Amino acid sequence: MDFASFLIQTLNSLQYGLLLFLVASGLTLVFGIMGIINLAHGSFYMIGAYIAFVLTSATGSLMLAIALGIPLALAIGAFLEWALFSHLYKRDHLEQVLLTFGLILIFEQLRSILIGDDVHGVAIPAFLDMSIQLTEVMSYPVYRLAISAVCIVLAIALYYVIQRTRLGMMIRAGNDDRTMVEALGININMMYRVVFALGVALAALAGMLAAPISSVYPNMGSSVLIISFVVVVIGGIGSVWGALVAALIVGFADTFGKVLLPEISGMIVYLVMAVVLLWRPEGILKKA
Amino acid sequence: MSNMLLEAKELHTYYGASHILHGIDFNIREGEGIALMGRNGMGKSTLIKSMLGIVRPKHGRVLVRGDDYTRSRTYQTAQQGIAYVPEGRGIFKSLSVRENLLMSARAGIDGRREWTFDRVMDTFPRLGERINNGGWQLSGGEQQMLTIGRALMTNPDLLILDEATEGLAPLIAMEIWRIVKEIRKTGIATVIVDKNHGAVTSICDRAMILVKGQVVFAGTSDEIRAQPELIQKHLGV
Ligand SMILES: Nc1ncnc2c1ncn2[C@@H]1O[C@H](COP(=O)(O)OP(=O)(O)OP(=O)(O)O)[C@@H](O)[C@H]1O
Ligand SMILES: [Mg+2]
Repeated sequence: MDFASFLIQTLNSLQYGLLLFLVASGLTLVFGIMGIINLAHGSFYMIGAYIAFVLTSATGSLMLAIALGIPLALAIGAFLEWALFSHLYKRDHLEQVLLTFGLILIFEQLRSILIGDDVHGVAIPAFLDMSIQLTEVMSYPVYRLAISAVCIVLAIALYYVIQRTRLGMMIRAGNDDRTMVEALGININMMYRVVFALGVALAALAGMLAAPISSVYPNMGSSVLIISFVVVVIGGIGSVWGALVAALIVGFADTFGKVLLPEISGMIVYLVMAVVLLWRPEGILKKA
Repeated sequence: MSNMLLEAKELHTYYGASHILHGIDFNIREGEGIALMGRNGMGKSTLIKSMLGIVRPKHGRVLVRGDDYTRSRTYQTAQQGIAYVPEGRGIFKSLSVRENLLMSARAGIDGRREWTFDRVMDTFPRLGERINNGGWQLSGGEQQMLTIGRALMTNPDLLILDEATEGLAPLIAMEIWRIVKEIRKTGIATVIVDKNHGAVTSICDRAMILVKGQVVFAGTSDEIRAQPELIQKHLGV
């Protein structure tokens, strides 16, 4: 592999890993703090991508679509937490899996009824629609760099919220002992709603950002869901930083695996997971 | 007499099929100190948790300042100026000492902010030396100081201490008692559960003894100290 292709694969790995992190961070928070296994989390990625498609078609601008789509996703998240997920906290995992699996089917059906089953493309905003020339034949799309940049900014923002704000302290405390958080007079239900909505919005944003490069198609959430669970397990359930490290590992393993070991590329991510779990059964970093 | 702060009427609490509290009446007024006594497993912690809504009583009522809080969420009851130091401490291990204190900070029910971060630091100098340590790095006594400090950061009118000195070295326990006395002097009402009968009855105005989920004695601390046979019968080992 020459240097230019190595650079391209590295940038692709970063971009894929960081996007995965956006999806997985919400999944791990909801799993770690609220104890909910949310199989429908991948659907939020799909919903985000379709929001990007519909709103970009309507407004003519992906940027505008994202600006409108984020509050929309937050609202959807808050509503779902209020209507459905808040009833799941004290239920066992089987009931959680049943409800959230049912939600996947409902979301896909709704998508089919509202938008149809065709594959759609989403245009890259004009000011990002260019490439950086690396060699005479190889270039790298600026839009992918922009995705990575947005993800890095969000990861830093997330770090700030979790490590430096009172909400973040409450979130981490809730991970330790939710009864005690409530006994200190903190409305933990409201906190759960905020965290859940945030998780939905991050996954949806990942879908919106990915829409122009992956296109928009039925069931696009399911593969993302599975890989996100791999990330959560590798990173340690409930650990946002673990999810970041794990997402990057998965991003690199998957991208380079496809290039270097194409025969087994489909297995590599799971091999990595098996090795990490043998080494650290609780995941790389245990808690947030 | 000062105003009623927290009352329980005819509380019956179950864990599954086991009937733990058998119709308990309890009350505490503003500024009062009550020693809640009884051998292991008699229902002291269950009474506290029932009043806070951490476990739900099946029958009976819980009143805070005369208003019904029987079915309220725990955080709503706590927001009425009730701070709880649970048995087994319950500090947040993944938070630093500073964060444990800051996350719970709020004004009291009348907007008062007497207990600030700095005042808690003055009260517990040992915590100051540990301020950036993680909760998991503290000794048992330091953890206990942190839970009490954290409770004070909510500027409570009532502080509930469940086994605050359990498992602590005698010197550390004495330090905790000294601080609890200081806190009592500021006018905060206190419910104290502790194995050290002498210490609690000397700090509290009234005492109450539970046996198998029933009140077998309720009276003043002087009354109970005048009846050593009562202590021997219900609390002796
Ligand atoms: N979560 C629970 N589930 C079932 N039974 C419980 C539970 N918690 C306590 N019990 C039982 O309820 C009874 C009262 O327990 P409780 O903790 O209120 O006693 P206590 O007076 O606080 O005792 P200790 O001095 O040991 O703290 C005991 O018999 C105990 O075994
Ligand atoms: Mg107890």
